[in-house]
Amino acid sequence: MILNKNLKNIFLVIFTTLILSACSTAKKSGDLDGDVYTGKETVKYLASGVPDRVFFATNKSSLTTASRATLRKQATYLRKNKKLNVTIEGHADERGTREYNLALGERRANAAKDYLMTYGISGKRITVISYGKEKPVNPASSTLAWSQNRRSVTVKVN
Amino acid sequence: MKKIFLAFILYFISLNYLYALIEVDITRGNLDPLPIAVSPLYVDVKSVEHEDVKVKELGNNISEIIEKNFKNTGLFNPLKKEAFVQKPDIAHLKPRFEDWRLIKAQALVTGKLLVKDGKLKVEFRLWDLTAAKEMTALAFTTTPSNWRRVAHIISDKIYERLTGEEGYFDTRIIYVSEEGPKSERVKKLAIMDQDGANTKYLTLGNELVLTPRFNPTNQMITYLSYFRNMPRVYLLDIETGKQEVVGNFPGMTFAPRFSPDGKKIIMSFAEDGNSDIYTMDLETRVVERITNHSSIDTSPSFSPDGKYIAFNSDRSGLQQLYVMRSDGSNVKRITFGKGIYGTPVWSPRGDLIAFTKMRKGRFYIGVMRTDGSGERLLTENYYQEAPSWSPNGRVLVFYRETKAGSKGEGFSATLWSIDITGYNERKLTTKTDASDPSWSSLLSK
Repeated sequence: MILNKNLKNIFLVIFTTLILSACSTAKKSGDLDGDVYTGKETVKYLASGVPDRVFFATNKSSLTTASRATLRKQATYLRKNKKLNVTIEGHADERGTREYNLALGERRANAAKDYLMTYGISGKRITVISYGKEKPVNPASSTLAWSQNRRSVTVKVN
Repeated sequence: MKKIFLAFILYFISLNYLYALIEVDITRGNLDPLPIAVSPLYVDVKSVEHEDVKVKELGNNISEIIEKNFKNTGLFNPLKKEAFVQKPDIAHLKPRFEDWRLIKAQALVTGKLLVKDGKLKVEFRLWDLTAAKEMTALAFTTTPSNWRRVAHIISDKIYERLTGEEGYFDTRIIYVSEEGPKSERVKKLAIMDQDGANTKYLTLGNELVLTPRFNPTNQMITYLSYFRNMPRVYLLDIETGKQEVVGNFPGMTFAPRFSPDGKKIIMSFAEDGNSDIYTMDLETRVVERITNHSSIDTSPSFSPDGKYIAFNSDRSGLQQLYVMRSDGSNVKRITFGKGIYGTPVWSPRGDLIAFTKMRKGRFYIGVMRTDGSGERLLTENYYQEAPSWSPNGRVLVFYRETKAGSKGEGFSATLWSIDITGYNERKLTTKTDASDPSWSSLLSK
C-alpha cells in the first residue's frame, strides 16, 4: 500500500514535469510569444534600428509591449523626417474568412496608426490600407508563417 | 445578352398534369439515382449549316450536356447510349416502352431539332416508361449559337417535372480566377456557365479583385477592386463593360451584395478601423448606416423578402452570426455553438442560412434555420468558405484552399458544390484556380 502511494507520487511528479515542459515549449517555441511573432526573419527597416512592422495575436488587433516599442521608434523617426508620409498596411493570416480578414487588417493598421498619432505624428501623414489575407509575406501553411503574416507594415510613400 | 433572352420563344405543345408514377425526392440524399435514358436529339434532314455550329453533331451534343447535368445532380443515373434500343427519330414519335424498360430505364428523353433560316428549332419530350406515358413536352426557337443554353433549359424543364423543384442548369457562376504563386496571385473576375463552359474574363488582372456578386437580373456585378490601390466596392455592367465605384466613401468599402430587388447595395465600410454595415440606393445614391458598433460587422446577406439582414460580427469577442431587421433594429445573435462562424448567406427559399464555421483548425460549410436552430455541417476541410446558393436553394457552391508547403508549393484554390443534404460533393471544372463563387439566378425566367 505504502509502496503503491510512493509510486503514485512518482508518477505525479513525472506527470507535472511533462506538463510544465509542454507549457514552456508552447509559450516560447522559437520566435513566438503565445502566438505573436517575436523574431526578425521577415522584418525590414525604415532606418537603422527602426523596424517597419509589428505582429499580432490570432483574431486580435491589440498592440503588444514589443509592438509599442517598435512604433515609438517609428514615431521618433517620423518626427525627425517631417516631410515623410507613410502607408500602414494591415494584414491577416489565411485562417479566417476573406471578408472578416479584410476588416481585421484594417483594424490592425489603424491600431498602429492611432499609436503613432498619440506620439505626435499627424494623421494626415498616414494612410492605411488593408489587404486581409491577400498578401502573405510567408506563403507557407504553418503556425510560424501565420504569425509572420498577422502584421501591420509601415511603408514610406515619398 | 438581353436580346438573346428575348429571342427565346417558348411555347408548350402539351403538358401532362396526370399523376406521375416516377418522381425524384430531392429532400434526402439520393442513394438510388433514377435511371434515365437521354436519346440523342434527331437532327431534321432539312437542316442547313449555320456559321460554326456543327449542325450534324448538335443532337448528340445537346443530349450529352443534358446527361452531364443530370449526372452532376447525383439524383439521376443517365444510361449508356450503346444500350439504346430505338433510333432517335422513331423514339421521339412514340417509344416502344417495353423495350426501354428492358435496359432498366425509368424515364426517357427524346427530341428533334431543325436548323434553318438562321434559327434553331428544338422540341423534346419526357416519357414515363413505367406508366407508358408522355410526361411533358416543350418546343422553342432560338439562334443556333445558343445551343448549349437549349440543353440547359431542357435539363431544367425535365428536372422540374421529375423533382417538383425549379432547376438550376441555365445559370452561370461568377468567380475570381487565380493564377501565379501564392504570395503574388493575379486575380481576375471570371464568369462561366454552371457546367464550366464559356469562361470569360471580365477584368485584366492589373488590380486585385475579390468577392463578386450578381444582381437579381444577372446583368450587373458588384465586387471589391483595389483599383489605384484604394479598396472600394464597384459596379460592373456585364453587357457594356462599364464600371463605376459605388458611393463616395473616405475609406475601404467591401463585402458587397445586392438587395433582393436589385435597387440597393449592402456592404461594409471601414471608418477609422471599424467596419459597419451600410446600404446605398443605386438610383437616389442615398447612403444609410445599418449597424453602429465598435466591433467588426461584415458579410451581410438580405433575406429574400428584403425584411431581414444576416451578418457576422465579433461583438461577442469572436465572429458569430446575427440577424436584424433591414433597418438595423432588433439585432439578435443566432449562433451559440462551439467554434466561430462567418459568411451567413440567406437561402433563396428563405428557409435556411448557409455559413462557414471554424473550429479547432478545421473549416466547415453548413446550414441552419434562420433562428440558428437545426445546425447541420455538410462538409469539413482544411480551408473552405463563402457558400453561395443555387437558385432553387438545393445546392451550395463554395471554394476550398489547400495547405501549402514551406515555399507556398502545393497551394490551390478550387470551386466545389454540395447538396444541402450533405451528399454529392463535387469539384467544379474551372480553367484556372478559382475562389469566391457566386451563383446567378435562372437566366431564362
